[in-house]
Amino acid sequence: MKAFAELLDRLSLTGSRNAKLTLVRDYLRETPDPDRGWALAALTGDLSFDAAKPAFIRKAVEERMDPQLFWWSYDYVGDLAETVALVWPARPGANREPELSEVVDALRGATRAEVQKLIEGWLDALQPTGRWALLKLMTGGLRVGMTARLAKRAAAEMADPPVPVAEVEELWHALHPPYEDLFAWLEGRGERPSSDNPGRFRPAMLAQAIDEAVDFAGLDPADYAAEWKWDGIRVQAVNEGGVRRLYTRTGDDISKSFPDVVDALQAEGVIDGELLVMRDGKVASFADLQQRLNRKTVDAKALAAFPAAIRAYDLLSEGAEDTRTLSFAERRKRLEAFVAQEASPRIDLSPTQPFATWAELAALRADPPPGDPQIAEGLMLKRWDSVYEAGRPKGPWFKWKRDPFLIDAVLMYAQRGHGKRSSFYSDYTFGVWTEGEEGARVLTPVGKAYFGFTDEELKQIDKYVRDNTIERFGPVRSVRAEPHHGLVFEVAFEGLQRSTRHKSGVAMRFPRISRLRWDKPPGEADELPILERMLAQMEGR
Amino acid sequence: MIRPQDLLCPRPEGLYCALGDFYIDPVRPVARAVITHGHADHARAGHGAVLATPETLDIMGERYGAEFAGAREAAAYGQPVNRDAVEVTLVPAGHVLGSAQAVVRWKGLTMVVSGDYKRRRDPTCPPFEPVPCDVFISEATFGLPVFRHPDDKEEIARLLRSVAQFPERSHLVGAYALGKAQRIIRLLREGGWDRPIYVHGALERLNALYERHGIDLGPLEPATTGKKADFAGQIIIAPPSATQDRWSRRFPDPVTAFASGWMQVRARARQRGVELPLVISDHADWDELTATVDELRPGELWITHGREEALARWAEMHGVPARALALVGYEEEDDG
Repeated sequence: MKAFAELLDRLSLTGSRNAKLTLVRDYLRETPDPDRGWALAALTGDLSFDAAKPAFIRKAVEERMDPQLFWWSYDYVGDLAETVALVWPARPGANREPELSEVVDALRGATRAEVQKLIEGWLDALQPTGRWALLKLMTGGLRVGMTARLAKRAAAEMADPPVPVAEVEELWHALHPPYEDLFAWLEGRGERPSSDNPGRFRPAMLAQAIDEAVDFAGLDPADYAAEWKWDGIRVQAVNEGGVRRLYTRTGDDISKSFPDVVDALQAEGVIDGELLVMRDGKVASFADLQQRLNRKTVDAKALAAFPAAIRAYDLLSEGAEDTRTLSFAERRKRLEAFVAQEASPRIDLSPTQPFATWAELAALRADPPPGDPQIAEGLMLKRWDSVYEAGRPKGPWFKWKRDPFLIDAVLMYAQRGHGKRSSFYSDYTFGVWTEGEEGARVLTPVGKAYFGFTDEELKQIDKYVRDNTIERFGPVRSVRAEPHHGLVFEVAFEGLQRSTRHKSGVAMRFPRISRLRWDKPPGEADELPILERMLAQMEGR
Repeated sequence: MIRPQDLLCPRPEGLYCALGDFYIDPVRPVARAVITHGHADHARAGHGAVLATPETLDIMGERYGAEFAGAREAAAYGQPVNRDAVEVTLVPAGHVLGSAQAVVRWKGLTMVVSGDYKRRRDPTCPPFEPVPCDVFISEATFGLPVFRHPDDKEEIARLLRSVAQFPERSHLVGAYALGKAQRIIRLLREGGWDRPIYVHGALERLNALYERHGIDLGPLEPATTGKKADFAGQIIIAPPSATQDRWSRRFPDPVTAFASGWMQVRARARQRGVELPLVISDHADWDELTATVDELRPGELWITHGREEALARWAEMHGVPARALALVGYEEEDDG
């Protein structure tokens, strides 16, 4: 439990992805089975306990200590689990600290009444960090800034030499915690576990961003298919051996959120496609899809108001046959027949776009025809002869995104970064002009960005922030932003959505700083009505 | 019958002893002062006369220059000194080098002013000595049950594990210049780290002072020279304010650590951008504060500064009448 607690503690305070990878990889290397397997399951979200509910913890602690002292402590710390971990008045004579696997075994097997007694005993035996980790583990949702994918990558990297993360992902849904077979294979002590498990996720093939200036010169248009890059989320729909599932491109199972789509899967096979909200065959905005995402379950109302569907890009398996080793041209033929056979309004085909020259395709991208293509994110290029290969290989697939939207906005607040950037003000809130009270022209924040600039530019902005600070609020500084004195950013973004959380009423998708406009007086930066017009255009299409 | 408040009473300048005409740790210049230890909020320059341990006088001289007070009187630990009719004895407080409790006696009444103190072993100063008393006047910097400082050896071991795990990065440890920095260095030596430790310029004079007083800090190097890559795999110690400042950019991708009792609370670490919090404090934690009251069983507990209400409540619940003095001017956040 001690090593696991230290791992969670470090992860929760570490921003750097590489440092997180190192921490998890080393933990997995140094910790014996089955503890490390349970830890990996906790990090990937594959571990949850029903019997353990946190409600009784507070009661238990108040039985042991003065409630007033507890309340003052809670008020100071602000987080219940952390407060309990720190103040827990341990009774003497506790047992030794439990191992992670003992805790997991007991929580999985015990009744609620038994669990309460066990937990009190463990809290007595553990140190504060161990107690904190125990409470996080019990209540689920570790919130230490790890994605499941990053945890799987760390597992892949514990092998010497490291195996590609796609191999671990391909196996994942055939494995069960505490993954002793996986570790045996990664450590070279055992066979690769079988991935032959109906309904499993296949690691997705991803595209490189095309570099227009360099790549097109060496590419023959005849070798490539083009299709729209739809603005939803990339998914994999699996119907295999009676198991039907919907996965995100990172292998998270989202079947429960989209029963309408899962029910539409009739023929045995695996479709790679884009999940969208579609009404009468017409794609709705990403904002509509968000109404369906991040919900554990859906009600009839949401199903009717935001009907989801898949627009199919590829076919990874048909019947019992793995089609990933076939060429894209061959898979595409099979996909067309497969979608036709499904004959469902919830599954349609992403059409390929015929073209003869790159110039012709460029024109199509710059000026998409009316209808769905207008809200596509850009175009995809796929070699006709490419096999379906996990990861992001260079060459077979490219994405060619639409040019971003640009506005000029004024720096208003700057916040210190984390990790490498902790000595820099590197997170910027910027605003545009609007009419304030009594007609005065004031800035209203429209977004926040923390990348897009070079290291050299970061130094310059950091110096500017320090030299032009008006007020400090903890790690945040407000920066001088007046019509004749301030810093203008050219901000690039992919789209706009209405937002009730932002005072300005708009929220940007994927904003980043594209240029520093030292030359531009802040008074000449953009105004809110420009963003409102862009938003109306996007919604009207 | 003498009442304790006739011997010591709080005034805006600090605790005042009218019968001996002196203040203890006054926050403003006064004619006669008794100084418990060298931290700047307790030891200020400009008093008429100062009574303190030789080590504390040395520290004040190093910080403020030799003329920091009109007259300086050294009292070794355990050596009683008379201030008019009042007897003052300085006894170890275990806080930093030279730190003392002030034991004030008058006609059979004993009052002990703890100053800042801790009960754990510290390789840089002698341990706290409990003195039976009628009134114990305690600090309460960490006077909430959430503050339970772990074993400092284990904290240092975590730091050394991190250094081994991230050999391409440097480890930048924020530690207060007086006391904490030298304790960390000693603990690192005890933990087996015998390579040079790099130190910020602001620590150099106090490090030298500790060495003069017989605390062996091992090989130290200035952190100001050398190429960035030279600091990979090294430990650097700096005042907390420098670890997030532009000064820190000279080091390769530093892991920012901070040695302080405040690091017990995760949100504090997060606010300061600390990646590796080290819960190492020179103050008594909740268990030490309450155990000390329990051990001394004074007739009354007075609390000078910190989180008085919780400690006062605990004392009352355990049959010791308690009173919060709410003295101002003793820093809370920048000490610990």
